[in-house]
Amino acid sequence: MKKKSSKAVRYNKWGYIFLIPFILVYVVFQLIPLFNTIYNSFFENYLSGLTQIGPNFVGLENYKTLFTQGDIWIYAKNTMILWIMCFVPQIILSLLLGAWFSDVRLKLKGSRFFKTVIYLPNLIMASAFSMLFFTLFSDGGPINSILMQIGIISEPYKFLANTGSARGLIALMNCLMWFGNTTILLMAGMMGIDTSLFEAAEVDGATSTQVFYKITLPLLRPILVYVVITSLIGGLQLFDVPQILTNGTGDPMRSTMTLIMFLNKHLYSKNYGMAGAVSVILFIITAILSLIVFKVTGNDKRKA
Amino acid sequence: MKKKIISALLCASMVATMVAGCGGSSDTTSTDNSNSGAAAPATESGFDAAETDTTGDEGKVLNIYCWNEEFKSRLTDHYPGYEEVDATSGKIGDVTVKWNITPNDDNAYQNNLDATLLKQESAAADDKIDLFLVEADYALKYVDTDYTMPVADLGITDADLANQYQYTKDIVTDSNGVLKGVSWQGCPGVLFYNRDAAKEVLGTDDPDEVQKYVSDWDTFNDTAETMKAAGYKMTSSVNDTYRVYSNNVTSKWVEDGKINIDDNIMKWVSDSKELYDAGETETYELWSDDWKKGFYPEGKVFCYFGPAWFVNFSMAADTEGSIGYNGGWGATPGPQGFYWGGTWICGATGTDNAGLVKDIILKMTTDETIMKDIVVKDDDFVNNKPAMEAMAADTSYQSKVLGGQNPLAMYCASVEKLDLSNLSAYDQGCNEEFQNAMKNYFEGNASLDDALDLFYKAVVEKYPDLTY
Amino acid sequence: MNENKNLKKGLGIHARRFIAYIVLILVTFACLFWFYVLFINATRSNGELQAGFTPLPSTHLLENWNNLVHGTLPVWQGMINSLIVSVLSAALCTYFSTMTAYAIHAYDFKLKKYIYAFILAVMMIPTQVTALGFVKLVGTLKMEDTFIPLIVPTIAAPVTFFYMKQYMESTLPVSLIEAARIDGSGEFHTFNNIVLPLMKPAIAVQAIFTFVSSWNNYFVPALILHNDKKKTLPILIAQLRAADWLKFDMGQVYVMIAFSIFPVIIIYLILSRHIVQGVALGSVKG
Repeated sequence: MKKKSSKAVRYNKWGYIFLIPFILVYVVFQLIPLFNTIYNSFFENYLSGLTQIGPNFVGLENYKTLFTQGDIWIYAKNTMILWIMCFVPQIILSLLLGAWFSDVRLKLKGSRFFKTVIYLPNLIMASAFSMLFFTLFSDGGPINSILMQIGIISEPYKFLANTGSARGLIALMNCLMWFGNTTILLMAGMMGIDTSLFEAAEVDGATSTQVFYKITLPLLRPILVYVVITSLIGGLQLFDVPQILTNGTGDPMRSTMTLIMFLNKHLYSKNYGMAGAVSVILFIITAILSLIVFKVTGNDKRKA
Repeated sequence: MKKKIISALLCASMVATMVAGCGGSSDTTSTDNSNSGAAAPATESGFDAAETDTTGDEGKVLNIYCWNEEFKSRLTDHYPGYEEVDATSGKIGDVTVKWNITPNDDNAYQNNLDATLLKQESAAADDKIDLFLVEADYALKYVDTDYTMPVADLGITDADLANQYQYTKDIVTDSNGVLKGVSWQGCPGVLFYNRDAAKEVLGTDDPDEVQKYVSDWDTFNDTAETMKAAGYKMTSSVNDTYRVYSNNVTSKWVEDGKINIDDNIMKWVSDSKELYDAGETETYELWSDDWKKGFYPEGKVFCYFGPAWFVNFSMAADTEGSIGYNGGWGATPGPQGFYWGGTWICGATGTDNAGLVKDIILKMTTDETIMKDIVVKDDDFVNNKPAMEAMAADTSYQSKVLGGQNPLAMYCASVEKLDLSNLSAYDQGCNEEFQNAMKNYFEGNASLDDALDLFYKAVVEKYPDLTY
Repeated sequence: MNENKNLKKGLGIHARRFIAYIVLILVTFACLFWFYVLFINATRSNGELQAGFTPLPSTHLLENWNNLVHGTLPVWQGMINSLIVSVLSAALCTYFSTMTAYAIHAYDFKLKKYIYAFILAVMMIPTQVTALGFVKLVGTLKMEDTFIPLIVPTIAAPVTFFYMKQYMESTLPVSLIEAARIDGSGEFHTFNNIVLPLMKPAIAVQAIFTFVSSWNNYFVPALILHNDKKKTLPILIAQLRAADWLKFDMGQVYVMIAFSIFPVIIIYLILSRHIVQGVALGSVKG
């Protein structure tokens, strides 16, 4: 593959050709706003009411403000905590379900039905989902009345007024919405695995655990890397669920305020300067973490 | 010029049968097409638009920006000559009316309006915004700029608007004292109390007697204690009383670029904290399920604050078992006057349909026949003192929800006292963030100082030009 | 040792199956419960909804539905618009993302490493950051009130590309492409007729994801579509919720939410069939 024959070169121009649509569309629709973002982070640039302030070049002033205020690290921490709370149960559940669905020996009945059902919560719009959540977890809602009837609590528990439970609810809703997504990704990956491998393993007398660790996981690795990376990126960009559930406040006392919610605050005044700076920082954090994941999983080694 | 304006005004106030003649008489000037002097062509074509033949100085498209269908249905039902073409467009004479409706969610309406207004100058005549709607909370953001046309420049005089409630003008008067918008609605509010609770705890449900228990904040808070002892919450949420306090401030949210918290607002904080800690109220969001519980007897809430539309449409009055269904609410003025809601019409600078905009404003907000029609058809409280006072005096008018009471006089009286000269362009953000931040204090998640710090921080995020 | 293993295996299978069923039933409940609540709420009137949650349906479903379709909002048009935008987005997004991934996967060219790194890097940029700039751009290009800015940009979807690339890595051997070349198949032909069918499960998965996210997208469409005839369902729902007090009716809102979920479920069921079909293809290939 590495050797460059003239034939390969002839073929390889197709690599460029196939890239044209992507590059073209990306440059037209995304690249300009993107450069704008980075460029703007060095400017004072916002709307006060309908009056445009700036753009005035301020150098690293926006970054300085962010770092000296120090709040951004609190939001970064919140984001990481929420991501771990969402992601860990989600990936465990997804792997478990994926393993069960792909385990020929388990012979689960109705697995077709279960596979269909798990993705359904993702079909509900986040805003509609949160309306239902509010109904259930309100002070006078069914969850509280059940808990009171059982006698666990004597008066309604304010789920969104306590840091732990507010984070818990966000994690729960996010998990419900996205675990089906992750499971499908893993399953599609598992479907790609040659079933004869499983059969051979069965003949050899391997246990389900062995099959999972020795066959499924290694072959699934690229997809797993994808799942981890995208959920890391998605997790760092966690926004709509906490935004809607806390009405954008990140209550109590901003303990559920994520980085993007913070960014969103600056978009209210079209504050492209501060918003740009937040995005650049977020981008750097994401890039570092993603690189670590890539290195740990050794994504690029396999092709060679 | 002055003369022309007056003649046009006279025309505008005439009855429909005179329209044809009027159009002819004012059709004396050139067919000047320029958009530069919006006021001049505006006045003369004032009435033509409503007619089938439009003169040349009107643009072909009237662009209206709003966030829901309310104004569209008002215009369809009440504006003479408006024909609906389809869901998003209509016709007035030769002019096509284009509705540009963007929902409020995620601030989308203002984002869209801002973006369009900022390029208003360079937009083609048919794409320019001609008329847009605003709500009180953010009215000044638009009114205090040149993007909004002074009402006088449209050819509307103070005399035209003499019958309107002063507070509706305060809200849309810019920092130089120029009026920039007009509303057809009046939304004065009163206190609605649960009659059964009043009888049980206070021994009477007579509005005048109950008023004695809620006449000012001190007695209001004392009554809250009595209610608590009897198993009732005074209000459903601390947010119920917020707008009553905030409508009665003596200083602005922002003074000389610095964030300023008015004493009456701080009084809301201390009063509410006491009520909440004593278990006499809650911290529910308005319109949340928990907040609405008090619309039913089992909710055990003594009172709500609201305007006419609140009791008529929002308190589940058409559902069996609710307090409203059984006519179980009473109305009384309460500790302080306030308003809640309302939509204002603004003309956008650069409009090529100034004449039509003027006529729509006049018809919809000053024409007594139309306004009475709105009262009858839509059950709205209109922005017209004589019309509402006539209704108030009408003994045959009874509100079923209020157990046969005629509350209109009370609304009328409550709104007269209202002084809204202390508004600022930053009100929407400040009010929102203040209530959000204080929630943490009430619920015990933060000290008052921490909550105030959070408020300052949040406001500066929204308005980076402010300091504290 | 061997005995022990067998014992474990024998016991394991029943116990594991039992646990699996328990977990699956719980998960199913957690997933379907929301649809039940949604259905209950859709059957209740605005006044009843204010009284809080009840576990039993009420009688206002038809009434809510009639109010909705005879109201001023063009709900059917909204559904058609949503379908146009979402179907085309899903189709373009998956097709071109696969093509892009194929370019990186199957060819060796000078800039490959850089382009790959670039796409991975831009994947990490939060969409909120560029959204407002994007809307401004759409205004400059005079594309407001058209579907183009909602559909065409999905051609460049780094996340979908990354998935396709990863999927190819685990299932698309380069030898297969070389075999096709020897058979005299043109590159474009190979991609369309050999690679695409092999990618079916991955395409189905990403098509679902793209479809759903496009179907439920509110923020950007709300800033681009202003004409009621062009609006997609999420905007109409937001508009319904923002109705004035005279018309405000949560019953209608819930009916509309339920109404807007139906087509996605159907599309999902159709596409999920393809994911399952992937099994057969996979074994043939092996």
